[in-house]
Amino acid sequence: MEVAQQETPAPAAEKQAVEVTGSVALLEALITEGVETIFGYPGGAIMPIYDALYDYSDKLEHILVRHEQGGIHAAQGFARTSGKVGVVFATSGPGATNLVTGLADAQIDSTPVVCITGQVFAHLLGTDAFQETDVINITTPITKWNYQVTDANELPEVIAKAFYIARSGRPGPVLIDITKNAQIQKFQFKGYTPCNHIRSYRPKPIVRPQYIQQAAELINQAKKPFILFGQGVILGAAEQEFKAFVEKSGIPAAWTVLGAGAIPTDHPLNVGMLGMHGNYGPNVLTNECDVLIAIGMRFDDRVTGRLDKYAKQAQVIHLDIDPAEIDKNVKSTVPVWGDCKETLPLLTQAIQQKTYPEWLQKFHDHTKQEIDQVIQKELNPTTDEMTMGEVIKQLNEITKGEAVIVTDVGQHQMVACRYAQLNHTRSNVTSGGLGTMGFALPAAMGAKYGAKDRTVVAIIGDGGFQMTLQEMGTIMQSNIDIKIIILNNKFLGMVRQWQELFNERRYSFVDMQSPDFVKLAGAYGIAGKSISDRKDLPSTLQEMLNHKGPYLLEVMVTKENNVFPMVPQGCSVAEIRLK
Amino acid sequence: MSTQEEKQEFNITVYTENQIGLLNRIAIIFTRRKINIDSLNTSPSEVSSVHRFNIVITEYEDVVRKLCRQIEKQVEVLKVYYHTNEDVIWQELALYKLSTDVIAEKISVERLLRENGARAVAIRKDYTVFETTGHREETDNLINILQPYGLIEFVRSARVAIIKDSEGFNSKLREFERLEPGEDVIENEFLNDADKVFTM
Repeated sequence: MEVAQQETPAPAAEKQAVEVTGSVALLEALITEGVETIFGYPGGAIMPIYDALYDYSDKLEHILVRHEQGGIHAAQGFARTSGKVGVVFATSGPGATNLVTGLADAQIDSTPVVCITGQVFAHLLGTDAFQETDVINITTPITKWNYQVTDANELPEVIAKAFYIARSGRPGPVLIDITKNAQIQKFQFKGYTPCNHIRSYRPKPIVRPQYIQQAAELINQAKKPFILFGQGVILGAAEQEFKAFVEKSGIPAAWTVLGAGAIPTDHPLNVGMLGMHGNYGPNVLTNECDVLIAIGMRFDDRVTGRLDKYAKQAQVIHLDIDPAEIDKNVKSTVPVWGDCKETLPLLTQAIQQKTYPEWLQKFHDHTKQEIDQVIQKELNPTTDEMTMGEVIKQLNEITKGEAVIVTDVGQHQMVACRYAQLNHTRSNVTSGGLGTMGFALPAAMGAKYGAKDRTVVAIIGDGGFQMTLQEMGTIMQSNIDIKIIILNNKFLGMVRQWQELFNERRYSFVDMQSPDFVKLAGAYGIAGKSISDRKDLPSTLQEMLNHKGPYLLEVMVTKENNVFPMVPQGCSVAEIRLK
Repeated sequence: MSTQEEKQEFNITVYTENQIGLLNRIAIIFTRRKINIDSLNTSPSEVSSVHRFNIVITEYEDVVRKLCRQIEKQVEVLKVYYHTNEDVIWQELALYKLSTDVIAEKISVERLLRENGARAVAIRKDYTVFETTGHREETDNLINILQPYGLIEFVRSARVAIIKDSEGFNSKLREFERLEPGEDVIENEFLNDADKVFTM
């Protein structure tokens, strides 16, 4: 599978070998791979590459971030909105270790990123040299692949493999560590040939027609089938194929957090969000359906709740590109291995056109209950203080669902994912698997570079914002036009919610004091406003979106609001609580 | 799918590229899940340039199957198989160091060593080293036998195992080298048995 909109670059024409440094060969390779933007931070061990970059500034745009973690989250945001591989430069030692959180995040959320780190001279490896760290071993569990280059002759082939591995199959992060001598070393560069085959690596399993047939038979006999879809649909650029499948099958479909937007929020068969803070119907009815069709999702514990009480009555069809995901958490009746861009059309062809009006009505009935007990008071509150939900609702009304929504982690994330209207794919950028606070601000910067003509709105909590707020410097320097909404409840809200519900309101270290965010933004030359009155919300949101350039809006929201519904930890999805 | 049985020894055979760092990549798949590796051997394989790991763990089959898929997912891993002890021919090598005086004095020691298929690999004035090859019980048994005679040092190698039911890796590798592999190359081949996959 190729990630959306990114073709394997055409092989470079056979050229005469020219003598260049490893650094120049690296930059030439990046250009051939179609890289335009690099997020990075220089330092001692990567100086030769930065020196070469000085002469390439017309071809490669380098965004100077304020911290390497910001760099990799930006690259992730870029990859998520563009479907291309995000590229990060960092130096050795602390530069490299600062990438660790982002690598882990990209690994668990299958985001294609290539990180280039500088390393000390090869002859100094293992001597505890200045800024030497064993970045290969540190990053082994959190990269799809990593490799240390100590000789410039290896570079072209290694970079080609890095891009191929990062974007093919189930995408993921790749780290290439280049020792300083290899960056300086002159060698005979014969041009750059992109990679499209590694004998030990099969990015996608072979599609087996017999499984498609078995899956279709199950679907055709089903009375109460249910589709769960995840990011695999988006990563496989299979949104159209997926929509065709859903519409022909007539089966209600619910999404994981990372699958949001693969079909539009308002699609009649889109029945909502799965998981701990997902919608009521999708959770309850998971344990009532007779055939569960999981597409490009991995049955995360936040989706399944208690596994031994999860969909035990259902026959499970699991479509995934990664064979290791099949039967990992939920036993499948029919495993449909393969790229869903290939398997979905085959399945669509083999199934009957159907509708399930009574079954679909059950979802609507549950939605009605959820509206009465949860959604109404979240979106149209009668309290004095604003809720997070009403901010999202207002935002929907102004953006009409056209914006890219980037979220951080916590209550605001769940609220934004639940209520944001998404008309398009690649519109939801969030840290799903790792749950990285501090993700949103830098990811939004990258998201903007990945979707330059779209409005990018970062929705962040007061806690998460303070984890990576230094990136306001990057936003200032590169004038990155993103809109930042801080939903400030003066608490680490999600932890506080758990403490309220499960720890007898023992609010242990969740009370958070914050600086004056608007003044802080002002210090970076970023326009901003703070509001606490409901009547200011529509006009200020409009002002923010009309503003040319970055804008920070702080919305003071009610302090002790809880995100519901909620599947308490250790409970089955059917035990989801509405209050 | 077969029901959860007892934990038992499984022999995991991994065919890989010969790449620095791959041992770590494979080892952490076990350590991350707090699974102890009983034995690990790396060696060349029947195919030049392809490396072979033999790993022994004691686990439930379900766990082993998932581990194998995680290992096979690694970019430089060509193929993973797992087998019970019954499915492989396996051997471990053990070395025993004893005082030469004791052996010279006590005729019974010589007889015991012979009975257990041990042979001397080094004879010095002060010590003698014996070697035996076999299954775990056999090498373990000899420790117990020699202990009363002052066993000075003992070491046992990792297990090497040959798969009874394998035609080698040469033809597989040719498939892997093709741009579009045929039906023959199937992920997690041990799942390919339809009986084991379907519960319909």
